[in-house]
Amino acid sequence: METVTITMKNLPALYLEADTITPDSFAGKTAAQIAELPVYEGNVATTLGKYFEINGGAGATAADTKIIVKGDVRKVKYLGFKMSAGEMVIEGSTDLYVGAWMTGGKILAKGNVEGFAATAMKGGELTIEGNAGNYLGAAYRGDWRGMSGGKILVKGNAGSDVGMYMTGGEIVINGNVDVHLMTHAEGGKTIVKGNTQSKLGGQMVDGTIIIYGSIETMTPGFKPNGEVELEVDGVKGKFAHFIGDMGERHKKKKGAVVYANLYKKI
Amino acid sequence: MTKTVTDVICPFCGTLCDDLEVVVSDDGKQLLEVYNACVIGTEKFLHSQAKDRVTRPRLRQADGSWKEISYDEAADYTASMLAKAKKPLMYGWSSTNCEAQSVGNEIAEISKACCDNTAAVCHGTTLIAVQDIGLPTCTLGEVKNRADRVIFWGCNPAHAHPRHMSRYSIFPRGFFTGKGQMSRKMIVVDPRCTDTAKMADVHLQLEQGKDYELLNALRVAFKGEWLPDVVAGIPKEKIREAADMMKSGRFGIIFFGMGVTQSIGKNHNIDEAIAVTKDLNEYTKFSIMPMRGHYNVTGSGEVFAWQFGFPYSVDLTRGFARYNPGDTSSIDLLNRGEVDAMFTIGSDPGAHFPISAVKHIASVPSVCIDPHLTPTSGVSKLHVPVAFNGVETGGNCYRMDNVPIDCRKVVEPPAGMLTDEQFLVMVRDRLKKLKGAA
Repeated sequence: METVTITMKNLPALYLEADTITPDSFAGKTAAQIAELPVYEGNVATTLGKYFEINGGAGATAADTKIIVKGDVRKVKYLGFKMSAGEMVIEGSTDLYVGAWMTGGKILAKGNVEGFAATAMKGGELTIEGNAGNYLGAAYRGDWRGMSGGKILVKGNAGSDVGMYMTGGEIVINGNVDVHLMTHAEGGKTIVKGNTQSKLGGQMVDGTIIIYGSIETMTPGFKPNGEVELEVDGVKGKFAHFIGDMGERHKKKKGAVVYANLYKKI
Repeated sequence: MTKTVTDVICPFCGTLCDDLEVVVSDDGKQLLEVYNACVIGTEKFLHSQAKDRVTRPRLRQADGSWKEISYDEAADYTASMLAKAKKPLMYGWSSTNCEAQSVGNEIAEISKACCDNTAAVCHGTTLIAVQDIGLPTCTLGEVKNRADRVIFWGCNPAHAHPRHMSRYSIFPRGFFTGKGQMSRKMIVVDPRCTDTAKMADVHLQLEQGKDYELLNALRVAFKGEWLPDVVAGIPKEKIREAADMMKSGRFGIIFFGMGVTQSIGKNHNIDEAIAVTKDLNEYTKFSIMPMRGHYNVTGSGEVFAWQFGFPYSVDLTRGFARYNPGDTSSIDLLNRGEVDAMFTIGSDPGAHFPISAVKHIASVPSVCIDPHLTPTSGVSKLHVPVAFNGVETGGNCYRMDNVPIDCRKVVEPPAGMLTDEQFLVMVRDRLKKLKGAA
């Protein structure tokens, strides 16, 4: 695997839209060719080389390409946008749409990321060592297909609307989350190791939520369904089981109605 | 001698009353009296006659004072500001007519700007919810003639839309509602005991920020499923009673306002309220309608959607329309410091935006087009006063139920004053020359 290191040298005055910083666009290019890739600052079209110093060279394919992003990229949007393979390491914090619409490959963000990370993600892995913003793994506006595959790990906290319209894949949040977890979800799994607020699983059709911390307000559409023993990450524990959202439509499988499941650690 | 103009449209709120009578002087230059309007609408008409009205554009000087300039100079300043900016924000549009909005969209396209209307701090969340799950709605005429279950959720029409209840929703005797308010059951959902709530048959006084939970519980109640003993501070028996009252009507309507669109839950509250409406259509006929605020905010959404495909928060910086509130919405753009010029028309972000966003407006080149002196005109570098739309010029507007109504001109503007549309055409033509656009 070849490595390209890009280092921020000239900070943008506004925000930089850099949807070309992906292994897919870098693949098969030399450092000089990568510097010519288009980026946008507001309505001004410019090139990557104007803002970043580029070292190394890309592999022949996206899968052979690793990108290391260094320097202050807090005002850079769309890192890893639509990436399909390869690796990306973001050394600091960054802005909106990290790994949005990604279908494969790995992203490691060592700082915080802002909203809309992994929008409609289909595959791959996204690891965030800091905090994530709102709409992590959610659907784009008006779409009914959020995250459908892949894995997200957030070591810090996440904002609101995590996993909205999720249909598959797994999200693990080690910290706390804000309101509206897996709203409208039709599949997939979210594990929250910290505390949650309210409106969990509202309008949820199918899928699984596992909560280790507290729930400030339980969604009334979730009905108590006894206690169960679950094995999560190889550790067994006792959980209170809820099914819902009882107000929402539900599919039938083999004659039985399928509800979404919410487990709360006892 | 005076003359009376009848069937005048009121350019205040989204109710867009169309039965006003206005008395003007014989020469049509003075507006003397207004009949049939609510106190706010009356004030809007009479305010055009204020003696201290600003009638010429004013440019802020280095020492903080204002210098009067001509409309030509103002158009030059505005066009050059938009031409230079990398990411200008063109915000407002809700208190002007659709014709001006359309010219504004041309300007936005040429200057590759972000454009947004007041839905961003109002019913924008409603628009997101509509994109998520659709909208079973109707016109206000249907409400007047058919509705026997009227729900006001998080809105207070007694104060915000003063003639709504008398013209459409509660008091009028319609074709199938011959006994007026006696034909209708009124439910108000509000954490406060407002003047609207005091009139209700049932007031569900929920805990603040728990609208989503109550809507969720109503859907569960329709299906007769298990409910916790208390939801949002309301006992389950009362929720089941309200659910039965909704189901038992012949035609129901949910009107909702800022109490649900801008409290915690935001678009999801409306999403769930629309789902409640959809569920109720399994038992009877039910509709839902946002209580739009500015008289032509609905029209602004229509014009944006017609020309750009999205109803608000449109980003044209890349030369095509993109939309994602949270990224392309005004307050986020300002708070994050993403824009380098501010153009305001027909609204007052200075009064309605968080102070952090207003501070950013004050820190960039800015133009405010507004007949009034407002907090926004106060922080802007250029203030362009214009004729009052709906009073001194006509134009197309959309009522809250998406019915287009043409406003009427009833009195002449002060000599030499331009309308929004006339000034925007001047800016557009200058901008075309600066940008070399055809």
